[in-house]
Amino acid sequence: MSAVKSTREKVEAGLPRRRRKERTFKLVGLLATTVGIVFLGVFFSTLIAEGSSAFKQTFLQLDIELSEDVLAPDGELDLAYADFDGLVRTALRAQLPEVSGRSDRRALYRIVSVGAAYQVRDLIAANPELLGTTQSMWVPAASNVDMLIKGNIDANLDETLRPVSDKQIGWVRALEEAGRLETRFNKALFSNGDSREPELAGIKGAVMGSLYMLLVTLVLAFPIGVAAAIYLEEFAPKNRWSDLIEVNINNLAAVPSIVFGLLGLAVFINWASLPRSAPVVGGLVLTLLTLPVIIIASRAAIKAVPPSIREAALGLGASQTQVVFHHVLPLAMPGMLTGAIIGMSRALGESAPLLMIGMVAFIVDVPARLTDPATALPVQIYLWADSPERAFAERTSAAIIVLLGFLLVMNLTAVILRKRMERKW
Amino acid sequence: MQSATLILLLGFMATAAFFIGRGRSLALVGGPGHGLALHSLPGYYGYYVAIWVVLPALALLSAWVLLEPKLIVALVVNGLPEAYRNLPAGELNLLVNNIQNLAAGDVISVAADDMLQDAATLFNAYAAKSRQILAVLALGVAGLGGVHAWRLINPDLRARNRVEGVIRWFLIAASSIAIFTTIGIVLSVLFEAIRFFQKVPVTEFLFGLNWSPQTAIRADQVGSSGSFGAVPLFTGTMLITAIAMVVAVPVGLMTAIYLAEYSSARVRGVAKPLLEILAGIPTVVYGFFAALTVAPWVRQAGESAGIDVASESALAAGLVMGIMIIPLVSSLSDDAINAVPTAMRDGALGLGSTRSETMTKVILPAALPGIVGGILLAVSRAIGETMIVVMAAGLAANLTANPFEAVTTVTVQIVTLLVGDQEFDSAKTLAAFALGLMLFVVTLFLNVIGLSVVRKYREQYD
Amino acid sequence: MTKASTENPTPPPPDVQESEAVSTRGAAALAEMPERISELGRETVGNIRSDNPFMVAEDVNVYYGDNHAIQHVSLEIGKKEVIALIGPSGCGKSTFLRCLNRMNDTIETARVTGNITLDGKDIYRKEQDPVALRARVGMVFQKPNPFPKSIYDNVAYGPRIHGLAGDRAELDNIVHTSLERAGLLKEVKDRMDEPGTSLSGGQQQRLCIARTIAVDPEVILMDEPCSALDPIATARIEDLMDELCEDYAIVIVTHSMQQAARVSKRVAYFHLGLLVEVDKTDTIFTNPQHKLTEDYITGRIG
Repeated sequence: MSAVKSTREKVEAGLPRRRRKERTFKLVGLLATTVGIVFLGVFFSTLIAEGSSAFKQTFLQLDIELSEDVLAPDGELDLAYADFDGLVRTALRAQLPEVSGRSDRRALYRIVSVGAAYQVRDLIAANPELLGTTQSMWVPAASNVDMLIKGNIDANLDETLRPVSDKQIGWVRALEEAGRLETRFNKALFSNGDSREPELAGIKGAVMGSLYMLLVTLVLAFPIGVAAAIYLEEFAPKNRWSDLIEVNINNLAAVPSIVFGLLGLAVFINWASLPRSAPVVGGLVLTLLTLPVIIIASRAAIKAVPPSIREAALGLGASQTQVVFHHVLPLAMPGMLTGAIIGMSRALGESAPLLMIGMVAFIVDVPARLTDPATALPVQIYLWADSPERAFAERTSAAIIVLLGFLLVMNLTAVILRKRMERKW
Repeated sequence: MQSATLILLLGFMATAAFFIGRGRSLALVGGPGHGLALHSLPGYYGYYVAIWVVLPALALLSAWVLLEPKLIVALVVNGLPEAYRNLPAGELNLLVNNIQNLAAGDVISVAADDMLQDAATLFNAYAAKSRQILAVLALGVAGLGGVHAWRLINPDLRARNRVEGVIRWFLIAASSIAIFTTIGIVLSVLFEAIRFFQKVPVTEFLFGLNWSPQTAIRADQVGSSGSFGAVPLFTGTMLITAIAMVVAVPVGLMTAIYLAEYSSARVRGVAKPLLEILAGIPTVVYGFFAALTVAPWVRQAGESAGIDVASESALAAGLVMGIMIIPLVSSLSDDAINAVPTAMRDGALGLGSTRSETMTKVILPAALPGIVGGILLAVSRAIGETMIVVMAAGLAANLTANPFEAVTTVTVQIVTLLVGDQEFDSAKTLAAFALGLMLFVVTLFLNVIGLSVVRKYREQYD
Repeated sequence: MTKASTENPTPPPPDVQESEAVSTRGAAALAEMPERISELGRETVGNIRSDNPFMVAEDVNVYYGDNHAIQHVSLEIGKKEVIALIGPSGCGKSTFLRCLNRMNDTIETARVTGNITLDGKDIYRKEQDPVALRARVGMVFQKPNPFPKSIYDNVAYGPRIHGLAGDRAELDNIVHTSLERAGLLKEVKDRMDEPGTSLSGGQQQRLCIARTIAVDPEVILMDEPCSALDPIATARIEDLMDELCEDYAIVIVTHSMQQAARVSKRVAYFHLGLLVEVDKTDTIFTNPQHKLTEDYITGRIG
């Protein structure tokens, strides 16, 4: 029995060391798991801290005299040439009469956005009868003033180090005390296209561009993807051709997205001479990009339909095609839809291939057709992230929040679908 | 007529054809009560006629849409004064572009003289004519097809088999798109790359140490050729990929181990979806975060440690890319670990192994092929990642292994070379396709090996 | 758990072992026999005592979540004794076996109450490291599960992790002795570097036994060790058990009553999580006390 004892002693002797190793290993695992989650936390908190302020915007209240003398000096109102800017400036001067001197006045004009004049013009265009009256209007402040109010520009900094002068700060404070300065919901962010002026820049153009592209992608990729999956799962003979297709699909799913952009540039734009920057081309590229995702998901959904159902239908004399379209397809549909949504959400977040086909242009107009030049939400984020203005950084974060919101909704839909699909056979 | 209207009209015709075909088949056998006398269900005769209406018309429509622009341009060019017709190809192209833009009502770069104005009018006239002819032809073909099918209907017509045959061909075509995509990728990058290599020798591209693709605007300027030694790009890509892997592989692997072996079901239920969120964040968002948040941190950290860090350091881009790849590595590792039979784990535990010994000495060695395959896929992902490096890694083609310096990558250069105005014949533009070819070949190689290793490994334990 | 609840049988425990997952037919048949189950007393008939007790289980209960898989089982296992656990699928015999070296700890939802002692010490006490316990109470599984390593490394695995060998020579010695005792040395001595998975099923199982005895345990638990093997390989393993019981206590779970009769000194019959009857092997097979035991060994429950 002495041998047994010595074995036990040896085991016991090693135990403390092994327990230490075990604890270390477990701790390292825990730390690794936290890395990703901590990143997620830091990421979302900085994003929200940075971006939430962009949903608010500083506005100034001005009493604008819609003077006939200025707008229609010859008795004729021409919207394209009328001096709306002048009206805004006059109103601003009226508000702060103590400002004098050319340079001071020019500095004063810079606290209000150029958008103010557009706003006046739109008002007149819609209501010509207001000509000659005085209207009290809330107009957007310049982005620097907005940043100052939001505390993103430090007023205690030396004057030369910040984009707003001491005098401008003084005027802004005066307006604030007079109750003529307010932060309100930033409607422009959602109703405008891109702009060089941060306070006027919005994501509507980009959102519409993304929407058009997703529409093209969905219309093409979903039926084609489902058809390909049906063929590969239900009809394809096991031969080299179907092996080749299989390998191809799996590889395409892992090909860098930028390569699809090169394909789009060479084939759709240079060879087929489709228009550059158009959502239809973007949609085509994204179709090719998401097809593998949809095919793989749809095949999995078809595989999950038990063979007994096929056999039952075949046994009743249904043709293979009837079995597929009457029985397999309806049962696999939730899974296929889930795959389609996941593919769409990947397409929505994609930007690299869109850069290749010219969707990075600066486009102010909201696209109205599939062939209009457009950009996409992620590309808009890229463009704004590149802009030096402080106010664009805030808007970039806001655009990211909107993009992630879209993705969240799509993925939640997919999760819910998957939950409902989880049926036990 | 707009194409959309035309397609809508075809849709109506097809619907009508369906009902006519179905009615005809039933009428032939003496009414709805006698459907059994037909070879197929009456609906199949309907589909049969509808297919005859739609398919030929659609084929005509797509052929027309593909050929139309070239035909119209040829006609317009033919109508130009002789002096313009004989312009060199490049200038003629520019001219045609101007005409097209003018015709579309866009602003053009040169003053619109009478000649251009006339050509644009002509262009629009031809376009309108073409649409008219197309509409008439397409509707005519659709009608003829319908009549043809209608006359073919008889009780012995194997309508179901015919319809199913068409469906089968559609399915085959859909599944072949994957192959055509691959061929399309290969051809599009290969052709342009070959044109590039006619201008710049392959050896210079592959082994040259100097990358400065900026060609001068005028041919007589000094250094007009640019230099296209891609080695700094390759090393830059490898440096950032290496940093990303140093983050992603250990963290991803240990995460997978922790979640599979140690965490409770509740922790797993929370942690896994959170990591999936990480995988779902668009890369442009990671790029923004890398450039605006992580890069300054890295810089500050470097400064406080007395290291000089570039504002667009390889480290910042690599770190963020690593985080992005963690979910990929952890889910592939998780698959590999779960594929190892529980009998192995029980065997090791039954001999008195601790959990970590079970994992490191038995399960991981058994799962190694699957994990390695997964890592290859992750490397391929890192090499092909674009937005993070475009936004955070910079453009400087430095030949360095120092992670604190700025480097550039293959993908960054592709984007830089192709974004903005470009002439399609310059070496600068073509270089992007040569880089694309390299990127495609390398990632394809990694993917094929990675996927086949993963698949073989899965089969081993199935 | 009271007597009344046994009249309300809980469903079979979750599938700990594959065999119990495969054959649910027995469990279904049992569900149709409520009157028989009501005859089941809580008291085990026969004799749970051993002459020379080494492992003692007292009032052991196992729960998988809400499922009461093992109910009030008490049993003594003697030194150098072979005891067979028999019973229909899902009766809890494997679950009980896995309590003896705390393999149930690895199942998150499993909970064990009651007392199990090894050599007088509670193996579920707080200071007991399951790792050290499993070095003393080894286990051989239903399906041969050699590690994807060489034959040598398979056997050397246990001694290595426990630090049993001071040097390479000592390790070689342990590996050779263990293989020899498992009756495998002759077959594999020239192919020690080949993977363990290259052996035949029976050889693999003997390799697993060699791997277990290389740690020099005091008790060996065998969970249907022959169910995946052909009759010839089974016979070899049974011979091996005869030899091994000179040094080790062996607890074997088996589906085969013939096997139980051939290898064991005592037999314990489990039914729906209860230990129905324990006795000397001859007594059980020739003169079972309990109706259920009799039904089982005569093939009426299976």
